[in-house]
Amino acid sequence: MSNHITPAVNDQAFYLTEEHHVENGTMLGFWIYLMSDCLIFACLFAMFGVLGGNYAAGPGPKDLFDLDLVAVNTTMLLLSSITYGFAMLEMARNRKGATLAWLAITGCFGLAFVGIELTEFHHMIAEGAGPQRSAFLSSFFTLVGTHGLHVSFGILWLITLMVQLTQRGFTVEMRRRLNCLSLFWHFLDLIWIGVFTFVYLMGVLR
Amino acid sequence: MHDQTPLMHTLFGRLTWDAVPLHEPILLWTFVVVALVGGSLLAAITYHGKWGYLWREWFTSVDHKKIGIMYIVLAVVMLLRGFADALMMRLQQAMAFGDSMGYLPPHHYDQIFTAHGVIMIFFVAMPLVVGLMNVVVPLQIGARDVAFPFLNNFSFWMTVAGAVLVMMSLFVGEFARTGWLAYPPLSGPAYSPDVGVDYYIWSLQIAGVGTLLSGVNFIVTIVKMRAPGMTLMKMPVFTWTALCTNVLIVAAFPVLTAVLALLSMDRYVGTNFFSNDFGGNAMMYVNLIWIWGHPEVYILILPVFGVFSEVVSTFCGKRLFGYTSMVYATVVITILSYLVWLHHFFTMGSGASVNSFFGITTMIISIPTGAKMFNWLFTMYRGRIRFEVPMLWTMGFMFTFVIGGMTGVLLAVPPADFVLHNSLFLIAHFHNVIIGGVLFGAFAAINFWFPKAMGFRLEPFWGKVSFWFWLSGFWFAFTPLYILGLMGVTRRLSHFDDPSLQIWFQIAAFGAFLVLLGILAFLMQLFVSFRNRDQLRDTTGDPWNGRTLEWSTSSPAPAYNFAFTPVVHDQDAWADMKQRGYTRPTQGYLPIHMPKNTPAGIVLAGFAMTCGFALIWQIWWLAIAAFVSMVASAIIHTFNRDRDFYIQPDEVAQVEAERTRLLAQAQG
Amino acid sequence: MSSSTLRGLLLISLAVLTSGCSTVVLSPAGDVARQQAHLVVASTVLMLLIIVPVMVLTGVFAWRYRASNQAAKYEPDWNHSTSLELVIWSAPLLIIIALGALTWIATHTLDPFRPVSRVSATQPLQAEVKPLRVQAVALDWKWLFIYPDYGIATVNEMAAPVDRPIDIQITSSTVMNAFYVPALAGMIYAMPAMETQLHAVINKPGNYEGFSANYSGAGFSGMRFRFYGVSDGEFDAWIKKAKDAGGQLSRDAYLALEKPSEREPVRRYAEVMPGLYDAIVNLCVSPGKMCQKDMAAIDARGGLGLAGVYNVARLAYDKPRTRGEIGGPQSYVLAMCAPDDVTASAPAFKPVLSAATSAKTR
Repeated sequence: MSNHITPAVNDQAFYLTEEHHVENGTMLGFWIYLMSDCLIFACLFAMFGVLGGNYAAGPGPKDLFDLDLVAVNTTMLLLSSITYGFAMLEMARNRKGATLAWLAITGCFGLAFVGIELTEFHHMIAEGAGPQRSAFLSSFFTLVGTHGLHVSFGILWLITLMVQLTQRGFTVEMRRRLNCLSLFWHFLDLIWIGVFTFVYLMGVLR
Repeated sequence: MHDQTPLMHTLFGRLTWDAVPLHEPILLWTFVVVALVGGSLLAAITYHGKWGYLWREWFTSVDHKKIGIMYIVLAVVMLLRGFADALMMRLQQAMAFGDSMGYLPPHHYDQIFTAHGVIMIFFVAMPLVVGLMNVVVPLQIGARDVAFPFLNNFSFWMTVAGAVLVMMSLFVGEFARTGWLAYPPLSGPAYSPDVGVDYYIWSLQIAGVGTLLSGVNFIVTIVKMRAPGMTLMKMPVFTWTALCTNVLIVAAFPVLTAVLALLSMDRYVGTNFFSNDFGGNAMMYVNLIWIWGHPEVYILILPVFGVFSEVVSTFCGKRLFGYTSMVYATVVITILSYLVWLHHFFTMGSGASVNSFFGITTMIISIPTGAKMFNWLFTMYRGRIRFEVPMLWTMGFMFTFVIGGMTGVLLAVPPADFVLHNSLFLIAHFHNVIIGGVLFGAFAAINFWFPKAMGFRLEPFWGKVSFWFWLSGFWFAFTPLYILGLMGVTRRLSHFDDPSLQIWFQIAAFGAFLVLLGILAFLMQLFVSFRNRDQLRDTTGDPWNGRTLEWSTSSPAPAYNFAFTPVVHDQDAWADMKQRGYTRPTQGYLPIHMPKNTPAGIVLAGFAMTCGFALIWQIWWLAIAAFVSMVASAIIHTFNRDRDFYIQPDEVAQVEAERTRLLAQAQG
Repeated sequence: MSSSTLRGLLLISLAVLTSGCSTVVLSPAGDVARQQAHLVVASTVLMLLIIVPVMVLTGVFAWRYRASNQAAKYEPDWNHSTSLELVIWSAPLLIIIALGALTWIATHTLDPFRPVSRVSATQPLQAEVKPLRVQAVALDWKWLFIYPDYGIATVNEMAAPVDRPIDIQITSSTVMNAFYVPALAGMIYAMPAMETQLHAVINKPGNYEGFSANYSGAGFSGMRFRFYGVSDGEFDAWIKKAKDAGGQLSRDAYLALEKPSEREPVRRYAEVMPGLYDAIVNLCVSPGKMCQKDMAAIDARGGLGLAGVYNVARLAYDKPRTRGEIGGPQSYVLAMCAPDDVTASAPAFKPVLSAATSAKTR
């Protein structure tokens, strides 16, 4: 792990005669942060796992989930991941305009995802199946809502980075930031696949 | 409260004049004293015109050493508050027998024991440990700073924000009356409708963000920024324990964040995670909070194990015995600490197999811990032990902690736990490991590294006085509690019927008084050392004949830590350098790349605190405004490109020339 | 240290030791608690096998290798010894293996959910002796004991005949508590909507202390009761005392009793509403509230569908239960059908259903 000994060092040297260049740790740090975020989702999944069947004599997943809508929603998010991937490819080719365009498309897909999710929430709450109705609904709204909140912050972050990219172009720092957001975005995709499978599909099968 | 007009309700939420406890004389007097002390402190700073200095050199500083010192100052201040709570409890329990109800009604007493636990763990022990890591780790690994200096400053201020919220609850509203882990349903909206639990939630959430980020920060620092040649198995033991602790932080604190978020959902939105009706499950809270809570105690104890390792090998003038097994023991403890959480509630009625699984995993942890104990012991073997103050604390630890460890393993036997759970025996046990371990370790560390941080040694006489008062006070305070536990006396009682118990509580109160003297002696030690700082000045940078890299630079270390990055060939890098005849380079300096100070951390934490306060009192407009401001300032901060600068070679030369002069003086 | 202070310290530690040994936890009157006490002592002795040498060695090394003792050997680079490492890892390991085995066995034999297998170390269980059944409910802040086989109930007083196994079912009405009679057996949590069990036996007649061992709010300190170990004859007299006291623990009487109160005197009820304990565990003593077990049964079949959304009412009339004034009214799920004894007073279910249907048609 510690392989950054510069060749100038001889076997007995007490110190470096040139400045020690430390590898940037942002990606590692961000990765660790993502894992900690993953633990938050793990807790929420665990909560849903325990409470997911407690409808308190109220409506269950079959009564509430509109799988067609969720399928559309899932498509939005998966497509946004693909388009983010395209943005990264364009970044590798140093094409600023194309990168920005793909990022914008990603943002739109993200917004569509959040919009559809909000519609779904609004519909359920209007029906009376709000987070207060049962432990199942509490854990459903919290798990899905936390994911939605992450996506919303991701969009905010995306817009910030787009502005900065326009201003600064592809600096080392900008590339790193776009890489971090990329990790974040794909991570949320991964979480959503879990949500889609365990909450929606298995909920309806339950 | 009920006749509040709609306008006032919109403007101030639940906050009314009733929230200020003018009718409680104890609180009123506390407020007067705090206001006087705080006011005179602020006045003194203003009078001496130090605000600009404090702001530029400390509050906005991204220097890990200064942040570390600020963490420790915070911890000492909060220790005074937490200990005042302890004294009040001891006094109440020594008084409230039979017809006498003592001087604290349950409403007040219940807040005190809750606040005592929360403050001691989150705002004393954690800042001590994080502060020590801040001061020491970058120096020990030969780095210029931590990986994310701004984040470090932000983490510190988030911890302060949490602490300020807890302190605020003393004078505006009240604190939780639930015990320090706030089990629902008691902490739910139905049974704790007032602001106490909200103070609890938001102070921990805000401080928790800080802790989590500093965990990420230190992992990256240790993994990426070690000096060339310092392989993992050449890392000083303190750095190893810091690494493991930060891994634990990152892996445990999200669970606390999640579980507190769920509790706040129950309280603010009306969800049913932990309520009785509607299918909630309060046992999930108990499980989740201990999945954080048990690793938390190892988060606290592992770094002080590291401290003791450094202190023992330094003051025995000897290499640490069994470095490799020490490292593996630390790693094993780190992993196992996740497999034991259920031992905190054997009495919840899990099956016998589940209980014994968690009981046995808990016992297994005592094997690596025991191995550590033996390693320290055999480091002393054939050493030359200098009983300086840090070593005294270490000896106190070795005698005290083994008893705490033993009673801990005893409590891990489920049927034994059935008769001792929640009793004063349990209280005695965890104070035995937290005071005898974490606190003794922190005092050893403060005495050990103080010269490195401040440039002068701590005066030993008052240090020894403090040590003996703490040690004897601890045993006077907690031996009676062990006995009372065996008499079946349970915790958190504000009144007792059986008068025969009173003598034990009086002895315990006497012990607490001795500890008070210990704390005062420590403050005296700081004061005397500051007054005599010129005599106590550490001109060599290596006052103890140290063994690791932090002692190779000056005391206090320069902003850039090392003029030249050291190259490591041995676990005890500095001892090795000294042995091989290291000569300090005095020319050929290069420009050094350093991060710039920034007010962003304190501003962000200020908004977070405001947001927390607004949420506690349900002042929605303010909560939204503060949150939006926080997000906006975070975004604005990302636009700031003026983040770093170079310390020029001539500046480095100047600082190093001064060190050359001091070293010459020390030798001459 | 002078010899007189040393002697003083010795005396104190002796006093501490003897006072520790005569305590209720270490010398209890019930067989289960006694086995637990033996376990405490056995584990401690087992651990002292390693703790004592460590402490002695610490003292010896500290003294012998002090800096001023130049005669002692000094080896600054001695830092490894494979055989010593083997010892320092295996010695604790051996102790833990022994302790682990002891733990595994004792945890299973002393599982509170498991009926007692003996009356005492010398007395086997008689097949014809029926265990005494008690249902203990932690209320805010007092204990309710229902004796289903005798039809009586008491508050803050419990009695059991000596040498007869006791099966206690434990629950709580609001928050978590723990049922603990140190002389009888270890504690177990009392939790709302859940039932825990404790099986024990008392071997010596006497008047013992019982209490809640898990903090539960303002009245916690006073949440104590007496536990009497009595002879069979005295037990019958104790039952008769409750019978003579008259009074019925009806649904309404329970709801009144359940309200928070502190340091309640002993109360006795000659009669208990049938199924009261069951209703308490299922959180459906309040008329019109759906029982948890019914809810669970409905949920197991997939819930009540969208109509179930409206099956909720608010517990607005019961402010004191929420222990504060700021908290909004508690809501609850309505029962499908009211229990027999409250048909008249139950909130009507029909309008709710019609509200649901009208919402659907809208």
